[in-house]
Order: sequence, then C-alpha cells, then structure tokens
Amino acid sequence: MYNALGVSVQGGQATVETAAQFQPFFPGLIILLPLIGFLINGALALRHAQVSASAVRLGGELDLDEGGHLPATHTLPSYVAPGVMLVAFLIASVNFARMLSVELHDPHVIEYWTWIATGAFTVEAAIQLDQLSILMTMIVTGVGFLIHLFSVGYMRDDAGYARYFSYLNLFIFFMLVLVMGASYPLMFVGWEGVGLCSYLLIGFWFSDREKSDAGKKAFIVNRIGDVGFLIAMFLLFGMFGTLDFVPLFSQAADLEYGSRLVTAVTLFLFLGAAGKSAQIPLYVWLPDAMAGPTPVSALIHAATMVTAGVYLVARSSVLYALSPIASATVAGVGVLTALFAATIALKQNDIKKVLAYSTISQLGYMFVGVGVGAYAAGIFHLMTHAFFKALLFLGAGAVIHSMHHSLHRTNNHQDPQDMRNMGGLRTFMPITWGTMWVATFAISGIWPFAGFFSKDEIIWQTAAFGGAAKAPYPMLYQVYWVIALVAAILTAFYMTRMMVMTFHGASRTGVEEVKHLHESPPVMWIPLIALALFSVVAGWINVPEALRETFIGLGPLTGEWLHHWLEPITEQAHHIQELNLGEVAEQAPFGGGEVAWALVSTTLALVTVLASFQFLRRQNVKVAAEDTELSGLSKVLYNKWYVDEIYDRLIVQPLIKSSRFCWKVIDARVIDGVVNGVGWAARALGFIVSMFQTGTVNMYAFVLTIGALIILGVSVF
Amino acid sequence: MIEVLFYVFAAVALGGALGVVWAKSPVGSLLYMVATLASLACIFVLLEAHFLAAIQVIVYAGAIMVLFLFVIMLLNLGHDYQRDLKGGAFSLLSFVIIGLMAGVLVRQFGENAITEPTAGGRAIDAALAQHGAVGAIAQPLYTTYVVPFEITGVLLLVAIVGALVLAKKGGR
Amino acid sequence: MITEALVLSAMIFVLGTFGVLVRRNAIIMFLCIELQLNAVNLAFIAFSRLMGIDGQVFVFFVMTVAAAEAAVGLAIIISVFRHYETVNVDNFKLLRW
Repeated sequence: MYNALGVSVQGGQATVETAAQFQPFFPGLIILLPLIGFLINGALALRHAQVSASAVRLGGELDLDEGGHLPATHTLPSYVAPGVMLVAFLIASVNFARMLSVELHDPHVIEYWTWIATGAFTVEAAIQLDQLSILMTMIVTGVGFLIHLFSVGYMRDDAGYARYFSYLNLFIFFMLVLVMGASYPLMFVGWEGVGLCSYLLIGFWFSDREKSDAGKKAFIVNRIGDVGFLIAMFLLFGMFGTLDFVPLFSQAADLEYGSRLVTAVTLFLFLGAAGKSAQIPLYVWLPDAMAGPTPVSALIHAATMVTAGVYLVARSSVLYALSPIASATVAGVGVLTALFAATIALKQNDIKKVLAYSTISQLGYMFVGVGVGAYAAGIFHLMTHAFFKALLFLGAGAVIHSMHHSLHRTNNHQDPQDMRNMGGLRTFMPITWGTMWVATFAISGIWPFAGFFSKDEIIWQTAAFGGAAKAPYPMLYQVYWVIALVAAILTAFYMTRMMVMTFHGASRTGVEEVKHLHESPPVMWIPLIALALFSVVAGWINVPEALRETFIGLGPLTGEWLHHWLEPITEQAHHIQELNLGEVAEQAPFGGGEVAWALVSTTLALVTVLASFQFLRRQNVKVAAEDTELSGLSKVLYNKWYVDEIYDRLIVQPLIKSSRFCWKVIDARVIDGVVNGVGWAARALGFIVSMFQTGTVNMYAFVLTIGALIILGVSVF
Repeated sequence: MIEVLFYVFAAVALGGALGVVWAKSPVGSLLYMVATLASLACIFVLLEAHFLAAIQVIVYAGAIMVLFLFVIMLLNLGHDYQRDLKGGAFSLLSFVIIGLMAGVLVRQFGENAITEPTAGGRAIDAALAQHGAVGAIAQPLYTTYVVPFEITGVLLLVAIVGALVLAKKGGR
Repeated sequence: MITEALVLSAMIFVLGTFGVLVRRNAIIMFLCIELQLNAVNLAFIAFSRLMGIDGQVFVFFVMTVAAAEAAVGLAIIISVFRHYETVNVDNFKLLRW
C-alpha cells in the first residue's frame, strides 16, 4: 500500500518478497515543488506589479542603479525558481536509481484522489512511475534546471523577472503532469497547461503587439490540434471504457491489427501531436514563438513542450503498432516536415528563426522514429535533441544578450538577432563559440557526438522496418529513408552557415558596438558547458548492437542501454510488430548493412560541415541595412514557402469574413431582431388588450356577459 | 283557459321589456317597465304565488318605479327624446352574445316539459289551503328563514342611511 | 306552464342584459337591471312549483334587496349627476387606460 506521498507503508505484516519492490521516493513532490515555486514567485510578481507595469510601458527594461544592485523582485526568485528545479531533479534521480536497482517491470501507479467520478467514467488524479515517464521527468527537470540557471543571468535586466520565473515554474509543473500522468485526461490537463504557459511566455513582453500576437497564434494553432486529441479520447473511451494507461494498453493488445477504429484513434492523436510538436500543417506557430525570451525558446520550444507529441505517440505505441496506416502517416509527415523545415532554415537571417526551423526539422525526425516503429529510437533522439538544441538556443541567447547590450549602449536600433549584423564573435565569446560548435556537430550527426547515434538509428530503422518481411509499404519507407538522408545533409549545411555567419569572418557589427561585446557571466556559461558535456556523452548510452563490434561502437563499455530500459514500455508494440511485420531487414535499400550506412551518414555529415565551412567563409555577407532583395528560390525559402500567407488567404480571411457575417447579420439582425421583436410583440399585445379598458360600464358589462355565457355553456354542455 | 291567459300576459310582458330597451324617452321606458311588472304579477297569480303578486305590485311597481320616476324628474331628464342606444359593432356583438345566451337558456329550459304538478307544487297547494296565501309564505319565513329575514331588515336600514348620505347635497 | 314561464323568464332576462349593454342613460341601464331581477323572480316562482315554498320565500328576499339596491344606486347616480351634469355613461371615463 502506498499513502498519498507515495511512501510505502506496509500493513505491519512481514512480506516474504525479495528486495525487488519499487519504493517511490516522494514522487508527488516532483510535481508539487514547481507549483510551489510558481505560487511564491507569482505572489512576489503581483506585489511588485506596479513596478513591472510601469517598466513594461517604458519598454520592458529596468534601469539598475550604478551599484548594480538587484531590485527587490529579483532576489527571491533567483533562488526559489532554480532551487525547486534542482530539488525536483534530485528527487527524480533518486526514483530513477531505485527503479534501476529494482529492475522495475510493471508501471507503478500512485493514486492521490478521484478527480472525475460519474458512474461509467472515472478518472483518478494519479501519477505513473515507469521507465518512460521517469526518463522524461529527468530530462524536463534536468534541462529545465540548467535553463532556469541561465535565465537568472539572461533576464536580470527585465522588470518582469518574478513573473517570468513564476510562469516558467508553472510550465514545468504542467509539463510534469503531462509526462507523469497516469491517464489520457490527466495528460491532457498537462497538455493544455503547457499550451497556456507557452502563450504566457511567448507573449511575455505583451506591450509589443507582434509578440502578443505570436502568443495568441501559438495557443490557437495548438487548440486546433487539441480537437484531435479530444476526439481520440472520446473514441478510446468508447472502445475501452477507461482512459487509464495501464488497463487501456493491456486491453489494446487484443485488438485486431489494422482495424479502422484504431487507425482513427491514432490519426486523431497524431493531429494533437502535430499541433503541439509543430509538424505539418500545424507548425506555423513555432517560428513566431521566437518572439519570447530566448531561454523560453530553449525550454519550451526545444527541449520539453514540443516533445510532448512524441511522448504521446511513444506512450500509445501499442495503438500505433496496431495500425500500419497511421504509423506510415506519422513517419511520412515527420520526414516531410524534416525536409521542409530544413529548406526554410537555409535562408533565414534571424539566428533564432534558424534554430526554430531546425527544431521543427528535428521533431520531424523524432516522429519518423516513432512512426516506423522504433519507439526507443524516437525517445532517444528526443533526449539528445533536448541537450544540443537547448544548448544551441542558450548559446544564441548569450549572443543576443551580448549584442543587445552593445547595441543598447550605443543607441543603435538594429536587430540584435540578425546574423547579418554579427560576425567574428568568436574572439569576444569563446566559450559560447566552443559549446555551440559542439552542439552543431551533435545535431549534424557526426561521430562520436550524441546526435550521431540517435539520428543514425532512426534513419537505419526506417530502412529496417520498411524492408521487413511482411512490411506493408516497402517502397514508401524507402522514399522516407532517402528523404531523411537528404534532410540530414541540409541540417549540417544550415547549421554550419549559422555558425559561420555568427562567429567567423569579419565583424559586421560596427566599430563602436564591438567595444561593448563580451562573454556572458558565469551563471550563463556554466549551463552551456554542462549541456555541451551531455551533447558529447549522451549518445553513448544507446549504441546499437551491430555498431558495438566496430570501433565506432566505443568498445564494450556501452550497449543498447536505453532500448533495454524502455523495453517494458515498448515490448507490447514490438510483439505486435514481430507478429505482423516479420523479421526486420538486414540491408538498406541500396545494399549495405547497418555499420556501412552509419559510416556513410557520418562521413557525409562531416564532409558537408567542412565543405560548407570553407565555402561560406569566403562569402561576403552584407550588413542587414545594406542587404539586397532576394529573388527566385531564395526568396521563396526566405518567405517560408509563403505558408503563412496561404493559410491567411485560405483559412483566416474566410473565417474572419464568416465571423463578421455571423456578427453583423445573424447576431445583430436576426437574433437581436427576434429578441426585440418579442418585446415589441408584448407591448403591442398589451396595447390591444388595453383597448378593452374603455372606462365605460357598457364594455365591462359586455365582458361580464361573455364570461357568464362561457360559464353557462361549459356547465350546460 | 289559464294557458290563454298566460300567453296574453307573456306577450304583454315581452312587449313591455322590448319597450324598456327600445323607448326613446326615459319616462317611456319607465312606463313600459310598469306594464311589464304588472303582467308579471298576473303571471305570478297564475302560478299560485298570490302573496308575491301583491308584493310585486305594491313594492316593485308602486314604490321602486315611483322612486325611479322621482329621480328622473329630479334630474330633469324627462325631456330627453333622443335615442341613446349605442350603435355600431358593439351593439351588433352584444346582440349576438345575448342571442347565444337566449339560445342556451331556452334550450336548457325547454328540454324538460313538465305538465302535471309535482310534489313541491302539491305541498304549496296544501300550505295555501291550510294557511292562506300570506300564511304560506309567512310560515317558512319566520321559522326556517328567520335569520335572513332579520338580516334583510338590517340591510334595509343600511340602504336607507346610505341613500341619505349619498344623495345629500355638498358635504356634511 | 312552468316550462313556458321559464322560457319567458329567459327571454326577459336576455332582453334586460341587452338593455344594460346598449343603453347610454345610466338610469335606464339601472332599470334594465331591475328587469333582469324580475325575470329571475319569475324563474324562482316557476321552480317553486316544482321544489316547494322555498322558492317563493327567496323571491321575497330578492325583492327586498332589489328595493334597497335601487335606493342606493339611484342615490349614487344622483351624486354622480351633480358632478358631471349628465347621466350619459359615455362620459364616465375615469377608468380608461
């Protein structure tokens, strides 16, 4: 038995069981601590709201006094916010260690109270501790902690400091509810909550119309996906009578392979995932979301919130394994998004936009992974991506921070995020330069950095599952495989372009401004170093069997640890796949085994990086103010294939027009007309009836007589 | 014989009623009313209600109608020779309504045609034979209905006082 | 004869009602009400031939009350006349909407 805090309380009887009994360590605190952080920081923010409000009106900055003393709003959140994250991470680690030692197999569900109880449908407020959720929790709290630390330095000059940290903590709370929830409705609560916090944080500097519009766009596009999630939940409830993971998935394994209901459910779930994880067609909010503070982009739009969709698909792996159509759709959309976003990133000038499209592209890879059936590989890439993408965003944040400072000092009104105004920053920000190169290697998939192992595994598994003995769509998966390779090359190219434009070459920032460029304070580069370390080693926890034979497998110390760790989560799905797909292929479509293609892909990536580095260094990039108009394909790519404009024409404008019609015609004329008409009719009726009140006795007698006649008639007949 | 008499008096009564409604001058209406009352008194006699016939003539035709006449003269309305019936849709509607009423009532009353005397009638005959015309009424009046009788007396008193007060000129 | 008396009573009653409805002179309206009362008296007497002496006793009371009512009613009409200088009911329109 477990009490509310999840501490095991035996009934006093001595159990003969072995030590293989998982005892969770205050798991509820993991979720509760960020909530407490939110409340404390929020209370502080409200108390100083007056100060913040007037500072926001003045442009969102707070002028510190000469001594550099922090205002009163800054001290407590600086400790509370990262502090709760650190403690939450430590508690999660203890639970992880316990799970590891006990070799937990079945998920451990702790119920706290009954949330919904309506006869046929009950939902408990419960958390599920299993391999997948604890892994996600550690990523969320660990990377979240580092980003909180970074924010302490980044947001130092902002008047909304306490509000920022309260929102950030609230976001972590909801994200933890999402990954630790034991049922779909609870996950949905977290899902919606992170959407809300995303809106609050993107539109953090809400006095700027563009930024608040970006927040609205994110929330609205997310909501479109949420409809899919809801419909899927309704269907699931209809099918299983419950929405809790443990009973639902045990019943699901008995479903018919490829049944239409399962396909419908999984497709709707994917709609929700596409909204949250920015896949085609609902990715349009993520580039706009760069309007928020950069640590927010790092946390929400790189490491955690956007991975919720991948988590959803991985969690529902049984359902996706049962539906080949849905799996192929997921993989297809993923790989298409990967390619599409990569092409757009080639021509962006804003450093954050490059990273945003890069995120969309890498999320596409994750969906390819979970779409082809390699659920562990998808989660693996999620993990490594969290590290190097967070690092990239934080590094970009450091660059922007520095550029912003120097432009501010010289009263220059250029855009601090425009890479055409940067260049040669290597000399001024060496730590940032070094760590970001580490991340670039990781994302390009170069051995032995983290991205190589995760991305390469996904690409290989696409070929393997596509070529399986009874695979449903072998040709399609071959196409996916090729596209994934092309996208990988593009990734290497645009990342190198970003690095070259920012850090290498001649400085385009202007002589005066250059004098103020400097490296960030330690509170900002320590997380960078930590993340860089992870970007190097994180891949080593999951080296595939085939590679271990060779030198690139890094010897006997590594192994397919993550695969084995997630085995209890994915075994049902793998069982179904074995049954229905047969043996996976040993050879890729153009021949060659796993090792061969691993070498090919890493060599391709390395060659691309080096070649593009040399090529781009010699390019003469013009400063933003003097840059010429683009034309042709470049223009299309720069304008993101005009997708936003197409959406506007096809969807937004018609919606606005029909809404206006509903408002002006239906609401104002018809409905108001009816309501006013009822009033008018009442008055008219009253007027008619009042004609009887003539005041003359004759009329009254008349009415009396009629009444008497009626009574007479009734009594007689 | 009685039947013939009845129809004669009935015709007079109806004619008088019509005259009340139709007459131009108020005094004319009043005189028609007296005619109706008189013929009704005769019908009362035919129905063996002798005492009441006498009372009808004395009280109704003699006192109340005279009172009406006094008031008409007092208010100097005797010279009014204009027809003051309401015209138009209203009277048409009224006519329809009363026609309906008449139809219903006549149909209801006409249904049960009773010719031979019933128990009640024979009781009346017996009482009449025993006590005479006055005694037949007086017997129940002072025994069973003595309370309403007394109350009626009070009512008359109230009416007298009320009429006096209301008709007084000016204030007190 | 009783039936005929009842029918006659109904006709006179209806005529009295008509008079109340269509006459404008207040005193004549009042007279028509007396006509109605008389019709009712006739009905009572006719029914007393069927039911017993009680019908006639009731007529007695009706007449008494009619007398009282006539006195008071005419007194009211007189006092109204003093105010309006006419007994035409079309002029008594204070209760009009």
